[in-house]
Amino acid sequence: MAKKKQEAVFTPIGLNNSKNGKVEKSVELPDFTEKTHKDLKLSEDDVVEMYRLMQLQRRFEERAMQMYQKGKFGGFLHLYIGQEAVSTGTVFALDDEDDIITAYRDHGWGLVRGISAKEGMAELFGKAAGCSKGKGGSMHFAKTENNFWGGYGIVGGHIPIGGGLAFANKYMDNNKISTCFFGDGAVDQGALHETLNMSQLWKLPCIYIVENNGYSMGTAANRHTVGEIHERAKGYGMKSALFNGMDALTVYENMKEIADDVRKNGEPYFVEIRTYRYRGHSMSDPQKYRTKEELEEYQKIDPVERMKSYLLENDILKDKEIEKMIDDIENEVMEAIEFADETPFPEPEALYEDMFTGTPYIHDRK
Amino acid sequence: MAVLQFREAIRDAIDEEMDRDEKVFIMGEEVAEYNGAYKATEGLLDKYGFKRVIDTPISELGFAGIGVGAAMKGLRPIVEFMTFNFAVLAADQIINHASKVRYMLGGQASVPIVFRGPNASAGQLGATHSVAYDSMYAHFPGLAVIYPSEPDDAKGLLKSAIRSEDPILFMESEQMYGMKGEVSEEDDYTIPIGKAKVKREGSDVTVVATGKMYHVTKQAADQLAKDGVEVEIIDPRTIKPFDMETVIKSIKKTNRCVIVDEAHPFGGVASEVGFLIQREAFDYLDAPVQRVCLPDVCAPFSKPLFDLWLPDAKKVIEAVNTVSYRN
Repeated sequence: MAKKKQEAVFTPIGLNNSKNGKVEKSVELPDFTEKTHKDLKLSEDDVVEMYRLMQLQRRFEERAMQMYQKGKFGGFLHLYIGQEAVSTGTVFALDDEDDIITAYRDHGWGLVRGISAKEGMAELFGKAAGCSKGKGGSMHFAKTENNFWGGYGIVGGHIPIGGGLAFANKYMDNNKISTCFFGDGAVDQGALHETLNMSQLWKLPCIYIVENNGYSMGTAANRHTVGEIHERAKGYGMKSALFNGMDALTVYENMKEIADDVRKNGEPYFVEIRTYRYRGHSMSDPQKYRTKEELEEYQKIDPVERMKSYLLENDILKDKEIEKMIDDIENEVMEAIEFADETPFPEPEALYEDMFTGTPYIHDRK
Repeated sequence: MAVLQFREAIRDAIDEEMDRDEKVFIMGEEVAEYNGAYKATEGLLDKYGFKRVIDTPISELGFAGIGVGAAMKGLRPIVEFMTFNFAVLAADQIINHASKVRYMLGGQASVPIVFRGPNASAGQLGATHSVAYDSMYAHFPGLAVIYPSEPDDAKGLLKSAIRSEDPILFMESEQMYGMKGEVSEEDDYTIPIGKAKVKREGSDVTVVATGKMYHVTKQAADQLAKDGVEVEIIDPRTIKPFDMETVIKSIKKTNRCVIVDEAHPFGGVASEVGFLIQREAFDYLDAPVQRVCLPDVCAPFSKPLFDLWLPDAKKVIEAVNTVSYRN
């Protein structure tokens, strides 16, 4: 009898459809740094501020999620929860004048680059007082005066723009560098290839950072891309790094070293930071592509809790001080919600504003 | 007035603006060491050096995006596409980013960038090298589209485009680069964006045509004049913003209108302008507005088919005869 032919398979089969019963992890984390804040030349105030910023991002988004569920605002809501060490370690490693540009999971990035909880929450609510005047919403937080060039909604679309920011820095010879963050899903876009090639060829002072949180929406990294992501740099003759993104000190240590190198040598860097998002891709995600066990495993090494333990173990803060800090942050976020709720929506005329810097022209508008 | 080729007018505009403003630079395929695929950047590398005249790889999406980012930081990039047919690969940067960044960030960034290069067909180059993209980009809010027909318009408008605070698509034609015309020698000559020009006065029929189609229309007008039909040719020069006022004013005089458009019929410039004419000048029309445009098929290679496909003077004459009931 003829053997039954196996049906062709294209995309590797996912967790939900494989029947091997294994608990699979979407990313393997490299080791944490063993260095202390002193080794890294960070002050106690610095690490306290790191912790405060991480808590602020966490609380802001947890409350934002509740407000979304209560129907206070619409659109998409992509939460950064679990990844806060990446944004936090990075802003400490960069100069304030250095550029940051990221994708749509951008709330944390905005908060660490000076968007207040009020401006951020008002943006989510679509209010005129929002950081982007209610024109952008969750995906388009920005504060360009602080060199945070915004969150972008087309996967991979902002990668060449990040290169362009670096191009301008090199052109103006200002010793500033640019950083461009995107998810593991974006590494499959052609825009990345074109930008990396040109960046190395033109020696652009830019760090391209993949925040590999293991999933491109609902598709695990091993189902959407081949090989090790950070190794792609080899094809461009570009320097690269891989490190753990669940610890702000580890992120700081590596990003500082890389930023110094890029500033000094004026050449780009390709970085893979392994991290994990606790929530779904967006609010409507049933998360059937991963297991509860996997999520729990990462929550055990939560970056916010990790920094808290660090502060306590090193006698930098006492329990009570931490409680007070969390209360203060909670109040800040609740005030932001109150503000966002009460502050007005944009006036109808705002529909036509902010299209043009020069003379506006709106076709067929009476 | 100096007589210049279209390509020389383009080059002079870029040269003058680069000379005026350190922040202006040009990049694209073959713009530097090759001196421009169509020699529109000839001599610029020698004058301005490798920092400001930059050869790119064939990576339209990548270098268009690098241009957008550089513009957001305050530079004034001129991004040359070897043709707008290739710029389709960069459409995400033009349509999703250049045109939208300012609005979606609540006015926190500007994108003063010029994307320029030849548009539409250049003879028998087959289906993928022959499309007119002016109406497609004009569809998107935030993008100005300029498509001049003569060297003088090209120079004055390109200088204005480079000075614009907002993104501009500036369209040329492979077949016009060698065309000569008188160009103003006025110091720092600029033409305001969005102003049409009456290029031939006539009392019988208004014909709207820009870019290469202006020249086709001019030929037709010369023919028609021999038969006693005086065509008024309006060259909008800028597709967006579109100068309807000048068109309507002319129609109020001639009561008839033909639009010549090098794009396919669905949603082209002709459809939009035609719609606006019926709304704004309904009572002045003595005949339905006609359009001469490409058929709704791809560009063929074969010469007889290609000639059937592309609007020519004969088709314009037919349309003028139709609106004046001379058939």
